[in-house]
Amino acid sequence: MTALEACVDGIGLVGPGIANWPDGARMLTGETPWVRSPTRLPPLQCLPSAERRRTGAVVRLALTAGLEATERAGVDAARLPAVFTSSGGDGENCHEICQVLASADRQLSPTRFHNSVHNAAAGYWGIATGATAASNALCAYDASFGAGLLEALTQVVVEGTAVLLIAYDASYPEPMRSARPIADAFGVALVLSPKAGAASLARVVTTLGRAPADRMPDAALESLRTSIPAARSLPLLAQLARRTAGSVVLDYLDGERLTVQVRPCL
Amino acid sequence: MKALALTSFTATSCIGRGVEATLAALRERRTGLERCAFETVTLDAFVGEVAGVDEAPLPPELREYECRNNRLAQLGLVQDGFAEAVRRSAGRHGRERVGVFLGTSTSGILETELAYRRRDPASGALPAEFRYRGAHNTFSLAAFAREALKLAGPAVVISSACSSSAKVFASARRAIEAGLIDAALVGGVDSLCLTTLYGFHSLQLVSRGPCRPFDLARDGISIGEAAAFALLEPAGASLDGDAVLLLGVGESSDAYHMSAPHPEGRGARAAMLAALETAALDPSDIEYINLHGTGTPSNDEAESRAVSGVLGTQVPASSTKGATGHTLGAAGALEAVICALALRHGLMPAGVNTNEVDPALAVHYLLENRAAPLSRVMSNSFGFGGSNCCLIFGRGG
Repeated sequence: MTALEACVDGIGLVGPGIANWPDGARMLTGETPWVRSPTRLPPLQCLPSAERRRTGAVVRLALTAGLEATERAGVDAARLPAVFTSSGGDGENCHEICQVLASADRQLSPTRFHNSVHNAAAGYWGIATGATAASNALCAYDASFGAGLLEALTQVVVEGTAVLLIAYDASYPEPMRSARPIADAFGVALVLSPKAGAASLARVVTTLGRAPADRMPDAALESLRTSIPAARSLPLLAQLARRTAGSVVLDYLDGERLTVQVRPCL
Repeated sequence: MKALALTSFTATSCIGRGVEATLAALRERRTGLERCAFETVTLDAFVGEVAGVDEAPLPPELREYECRNNRLAQLGLVQDGFAEAVRRSAGRHGRERVGVFLGTSTSGILETELAYRRRDPASGALPAEFRYRGAHNTFSLAAFAREALKLAGPAVVISSACSSSAKVFASARRAIEAGLIDAALVGGVDSLCLTTLYGFHSLQLVSRGPCRPFDLARDGISIGEAAAFALLEPAGASLDGDAVLLLGVGESSDAYHMSAPHPEGRGARAAMLAALETAALDPSDIEYINLHGTGTPSNDEAESRAVSGVLGTQVPASSTKGATGHTLGAAGALEAVICALALRHGLMPAGVNTNEVDPALAVHYLLENRAAPLSRVMSNSFGFGGSNCCLIFGRGG
């Protein structure tokens, strides 16, 4: 059984009722109760104003999580390769395009079109941070977090480089929302590195497995975990927040799960 | 990097189903581009449409995945004994040890576009038969292929616009090298739809005629569709001369603009240099380049600067998009298969439709097919959002 090992050097988190990682960590350890409220995304200062006007909430979501993780890790975002993973990308933009294409005139806005690519967040991330290393844009439906984690870990292990993983998902508007209900916006980012450093929070060792996925003990947080694909990461985040050694099982593909052993760095 | 063997490969595009038809079209310098008559599209453009996709429904047990993209995927998977080769590989390694890494930019978006025309007039709801997971979602291609071929290993779709199915080679190679899997189904499938046809039109990037990459009078792309696949496995000790190897991969980001390349080809250059480095090759080792060569004025200019900066101006090069059209999310895999055919058959395919190479573009662009034994070739793929990937392939033996 191949084990993929890396250190977690920084975490970014934003979601319903969660403003950032320390905020989320307090809720995941039970120090403060989690109360669902609509995800609030701060304005993005890192993009030139022309680009900022062109970006939707989904890009803001991904970049907010990514910037928090790199700041907490104390690394220069411009130097890191990045792995973006999302089940649906920008659903709002997709809806607008489909609506125009179903109308009589079919005149698409060029900005809508270039924002429709699944790697739009990765593209804006490069423009915002100046990162010229490889970036990836993945999708694995409900398994998107797990797929992103595996891609990021294989980069850490094989290329021997630190990698930024950003998993993010946001709601579709109707009528797509009924076909694919995603409760709200949720973004999580991890800076993963090959060697423990001053910023390292924990060492994580990941293997493929078939044990049933962990559920959140708190019913409200469990509903958050299952209602947004990127929130399938919550058991791992909770273990990291506890700052204790332990093992969690994350949902991945049908019939396959990821087991992640977490050992805090002192 | 450790070389990987392409133990089986196949391509289906507007120039033909399977490698024999593809090779014949390249030898005959035939284009598959025709005036656009797709669906209800009224644009003045040429497209590379694969014939017979609508007449090839999925088997009943896979009906959940019905859409043009997955029909094209199925059509592609059964050519050249490819699906059989994947099954044999799963038999050798175990089906949980074969990963699926596929690229697409369109997935089954066409189904969604059509469903939006049939919304309930009162409630606005989509028709009840709309299937999000199987048709619309970007992952549907990999979910379909994994289920159709009864694989049980890791699976992912890479969707980085026009570099998608080049980047799958890089991710699959890492997963194999990390020991996560023993073999990988890699490839790309993209299909015609209104989003890309009207979208590229809105950016004024679509030619009114068949695209003419690197031509003095080039004026945009022609959109095509394709399904192309390869089976990647560790290169065994005894390789014959027919074996095709993945020798190098390089990825980079422009960090410049969402829909325009860096004018100096900065990211393209970095991807090519990284590919040479992973392959431990010198620029002079490359004997042919399959260019990204979309046929827009700025793309070809940026790429020629990057190529001449890294490899000089003398390496024979061509874009095969004049024949196949720009197959977007499938282009990387389609052109990887064309590189494999070039290596196996000693053929450097000419760029078709191109009459007069733009003298401002400093590459040795082939207007005639050239026969010569080849041992190392390069393929470039660049996408929106500044996503670049370069692959290097070679011959075994």
